[in-house]
Amino acid sequence: MTMLSTSPKTGSFEQGRIKSTLGWGWGFATSSGQAMLAVSIVLFVIVTAMLAFGAYATDTYLTSFDPLKMNIRTRLEAPSAEHWMGTDKIGRDVLARVIAGSWISLSVSFAVLLVAAIIGTSVGLIAGYVGGITDEILMRITDLFLAFPALILAAAIATSFGGGMVSTTVALAAVFWPWYTRLIRSRVLSLKQQDFIAASRCLGASHTRLIFSSLLPMVWPLVIVQATTDVGFVILAASGLSFLGLGAQPPTPEWGAMIFDSLTHQPASWWLAVFPGGAIATVAIGFNLLGDSLRDHLDPSLGASEAGV
Amino acid sequence: MLRFILRRAVATTFLLIGVILMTFALARLLPGDPARLIAGARANAEAVAAVRERLGLDDPITTQFVTYVGNVLEGDFGRSVITRRPISEDILTFFPATLELVIVAAFISLVLGVFLGALAAVRSGKPTDIGVRGVAVTGLSVPDFWLALVFQLVFFATLGLLPFGGRLGTGVAPPEFVTGFMTIDSLIAGRFDLLIDALKHMILPVTVLAIPSMAITIRVVRTSMLEVLNQDFIRTARSKGISPARVYRHHALRNALLPIVTIFGLNTGLLISGAVFIELIYDWPGLGRYTANAISASDYNAIMAITLVVAIAYTLINFLVDLSYSFIDPRVNLS
Repeated sequence: MTMLSTSPKTGSFEQGRIKSTLGWGWGFATSSGQAMLAVSIVLFVIVTAMLAFGAYATDTYLTSFDPLKMNIRTRLEAPSAEHWMGTDKIGRDVLARVIAGSWISLSVSFAVLLVAAIIGTSVGLIAGYVGGITDEILMRITDLFLAFPALILAAAIATSFGGGMVSTTVALAAVFWPWYTRLIRSRVLSLKQQDFIAASRCLGASHTRLIFSSLLPMVWPLVIVQATTDVGFVILAASGLSFLGLGAQPPTPEWGAMIFDSLTHQPASWWLAVFPGGAIATVAIGFNLLGDSLRDHLDPSLGASEAGV
Repeated sequence: MLRFILRRAVATTFLLIGVILMTFALARLLPGDPARLIAGARANAEAVAAVRERLGLDDPITTQFVTYVGNVLEGDFGRSVITRRPISEDILTFFPATLELVIVAAFISLVLGVFLGALAAVRSGKPTDIGVRGVAVTGLSVPDFWLALVFQLVFFATLGLLPFGGRLGTGVAPPEFVTGFMTIDSLIAGRFDLLIDALKHMILPVTVLAIPSMAITIRVVRTSMLEVLNQDFIRTARSKGISPARVYRHHALRNALLPIVTIFGLNTGLLISGAVFIELIYDWPGLGRYTANAISASDYNAIMAITLVVAIAYTLINFLVDLSYSFIDPRVNLS
């Protein structure tokens, strides 16, 4: 079953393509209990985040409360029928803030991984394909970024860039790209030895063509699987930086920042920390499971042809 | 062998130079004028200029780098804005508390990780395996600063079983400083009451700190054990009539443990990062809490110094891991 297989009865190629993509997705989601759980969590999170973004963009809210509006009369209320997750120190509804935080966390995470995957994959392709001194130089630079524990480097970079969401994104991209480079380079090194590359070269394919038409399609399933797993780790790291005061600034409803804000009200107002942290954990577990299931399902070691791409 | 060691040593030296260069670049990227920061917001132009002069900030960038390397080699990282003491002194003061935490957590995560990982592989596909894998995924996904808070809520605020934080109860005089490890120092002083108190204070931070690296160890051991169990020599051992327990312990596990060495570096990184959050929440007077405070207070000198020191230590650890791996597993290709 491949995504490109078109059914002659359904008419146009595009229609068939969409249908079989959906079919592939359904086949994957129902392939194991783990995949089903992962897909459910991730779909739930993504839909929530999109709704939250829609609400933010149109200046409405999903719950009956504005995530940013303070209300001194409802300060630090425990969870109740009205405020399901209680209220914070200036009377804002925690549920509304947790929901609003979903699109912040997901968009930061996607931005980080987009940058990290593009840089990491490009460097990996070039290093593996060109080889020699270029490979040596690029890989030493990669090693340099891996010579720091991830959180420490991210914190130092975010500090140097002055804190805030953009700095956090840059800092996390700087921490995550080397893993893509290593992954892609080692794959390219083994692919380069294979006959189909030699054949293309003999047919006169240019370097650009070899990289973009022969190698890239073979390595990108690896990138997708890695990036899926990494969404969870990036959200963890981003909320960690916010927790330390480097990421989102108040009053942004970012989950890590919300937990840090709650520290002065512990242990009395437990709901301030428990719900945002639960949200981080849920999202991270969802994407971790999804990455694992995708890896099992696609088994990238078999190569792209079996991966249905 | 000697050539291999030498080559790794040279590569590590270059890496260390790169690390220093990168930290220098990050320090120079810092927002604002460092001289203004040091002189204070109310200092006049002459005072700021004097600080610039003293710090050599007007020198060419290459001269500044040479000065920086010189200072680093002398262990001079400037003063911390928070503690008002030389940062190198601070690091030495706060380091033992963190080391105590990290060593115990590393040990526990290793023992539990190996046991659970091997167990999951042996019971592959059964409920035990699914349960252990669930533990591993959860352990990797739950933010440690949140877990630390939740444990505090449960074991301190609700159950009242364990202390809130710190290394000893409030008002308890610490034992005489010998190693800086509260447990060992209490033993040396012969104070078992202090030892018990210190251990009680360690339970929560150590548990939270150990969980992510335990999760990684579980995954690595499980995968590696599954691979080994599929190999011919295991079948041979089984067909010779050796008991399953013995096959698992003596034949499979020994070989399956090799990859643990390779994740030692990664786990060290996890423990260092974890300590930053966990020490902050449990008010543990170590390098982690110091780092967290430096970050929130924008104590740039301290942040950069810690980044550099940690990176140097981390690089050296990875160098040793590389070397030890080739000693432990002679099959590793040295070239």
